[in-house]
Amino acid sequence: MSTALVTDLAIFVLALLVGIEVIGKVPATLHTPLMSAANSIHGIVLAGALLIGLTAGGVVGYLLAFVASFFAAANVVGGYVVTGRMLKMFRRKAPAAPPAPAKVAVAAGASSDTGNGRRPS
Amino acid sequence: MTSFQAVIQLVYVIAAACFVMGLHLMNSPATARRGNQVSTAGMVIAIAATLVLLIHDGTVKPIGWALLIVGTLLGSAVGLYSARTVKMTAMPQLVSMFNAVGGGAAALVGAYDYIHTEPLAGGVLGTTTVATLLDVIIGSVTFSGSLIAAGKLQGVIGGQPIIFRGSRLVNIVLGVVMVGAAVFMLTTASLPALLVIALAALVFGVLMVLPIGGADMPVVISLLNAFTGTAVAMAGIVINNWALIVAGALVGASGGILTKLMADAMNRSLANIIIGGFGTGDTASVVAGPGGDAQVRSIQADDAAIQLAYASKVIIVPGYGLAAAQAQHAVAELANVLEARGVEVSYAIHPVAGRMPGHMNVLLAEANVPYPQLKEMDEINPEFPRADVALVIGANDVTNPAARRPGSAISGMPILDVDKAKSIIVVKRSMGHGYAGIDNELYVDPKTSMFFSDAKGALTELTAAVKTLVA
Repeated sequence: MSTALVTDLAIFVLALLVGIEVIGKVPATLHTPLMSAANSIHGIVLAGALLIGLTAGGVVGYLLAFVASFFAAANVVGGYVVTGRMLKMFRRKAPAAPPAPAKVAVAAGASSDTGNGRRPS
Repeated sequence: MTSFQAVIQLVYVIAAACFVMGLHLMNSPATARRGNQVSTAGMVIAIAATLVLLIHDGTVKPIGWALLIVGTLLGSAVGLYSARTVKMTAMPQLVSMFNAVGGGAAALVGAYDYIHTEPLAGGVLGTTTVATLLDVIIGSVTFSGSLIAAGKLQGVIGGQPIIFRGSRLVNIVLGVVMVGAAVFMLTTASLPALLVIALAALVFGVLMVLPIGGADMPVVISLLNAFTGTAVAMAGIVINNWALIVAGALVGASGGILTKLMADAMNRSLANIIIGGFGTGDTASVVAGPGGDAQVRSIQADDAAIQLAYASKVIIVPGYGLAAAQAQHAVAELANVLEARGVEVSYAIHPVAGRMPGHMNVLLAEANVPYPQLKEMDEINPEFPRADVALVIGANDVTNPAARRPGSAISGMPILDVDKAKSIIVVKRSMGHGYAGIDNELYVDPKTSMFFSDAKGALTELTAAVKTLVA
């Protein structure tokens, strides 16, 4: 077993544990945005897709580079945009009759709820 | 590792830290948007570092650059368009599609690495073969499985479990082919074997999701999400890229946790969902509820409106039926009218009230329901005894008190304690069964009144009736 592989496996296991710890604290209210956010994070595979370009020489390599970068870019861009769209809808107070600017609600929320995570009941 | 590569790898560590921070900030709706921004920043850093690496290396040929740029731009356009236009009810399909392309890209990255290293002097490194195999297998299963899941959710493929004779045998054969070819590849570098494995995995993904019913989709999407994460992490090990490993592991953890939560909330083991459709073998478990021929009390809009309007605390229990009827705006309207009269309104949301984890919350948030009113099961259950009225709309099995007793198809399933409210109004089209196919004892409870109507019509009627009452 090479050193690189051992390092990689160690990073994998530790990141898995960090993930379990961090994600276990996300309230059920946010599970859909959470999954969507996780979705955009695995869009990092775009980096892997781009790196194919380093060594790609033949038709097969070019084809794989193209398809992989297409898939991964759709994943990463779409994931972040749709997560942002969803999170924008979560407001602390119902907007006044004409929808109030979302900024106000978010600012109000952030100022009183920055502490220890869980939303107040 | 040259010092330049080391710097790039460290930049990837910064990006990974941003992902963790971003997920951490999602522990509250108030900070979640900032979390998404931090995560996006991490992604931009990682992609920028990758581009710097590509430019610095200088071995990318012009045609390679052209294809990478065109592929990325096209993909970004497709992703941007679908993310901007998707309806919130269609969110599970979109997440499924992103799982598919993410898993597919991971499989391609692993496959390319194998194709590239195989003819080189020294051949394929024995050490990364296992990771490559896992990457290609899991990525391919995710790709085809997620496409089928998205098709089912979109209604392109029937939501009913599709089972054909001998499907189990085909699955076993596919499994044997994959394991056999994989074992072979550990000793002998063989590109054809890798292709056989990829094909078998693609077919396996299709056959894995086809027999799963539409109502089990929250579990399937979560599971496929975990698969995608794992595939990306394996791709990271194959190309020795820390950003991919950390990001993949985080997504794997997230998907794994959600899979477990969903399976628990549906009272089913993961194996049970993957292997067999619901109701197969549960037929003997019909329990005669107390008072099998008890009377069902029906109620009209005016009476229901009076109950709601003069209550001091109302808990609304929305189920998937509400979303299916597109009635989330109507329910928010009713809640606004009640709140204007000083009624305390909150929503009791069961973990599986929707087609993916947390789906109902997003739908209600879209209808401008403030998030402090959206309560999780554990949080709201102690509040039911203090509620004057529990208004159940489009939810069935998750309110059935039979779940507390052993011997029924839903025994042990966590439910909302709706029956503990002082009175209960159930909006329902007919006395039809829920997904589990059993009678709901809540409906014959003496405290329960049934308002037979479709969700949207009922809510509009109730809102109008409440408005006519003098405060």
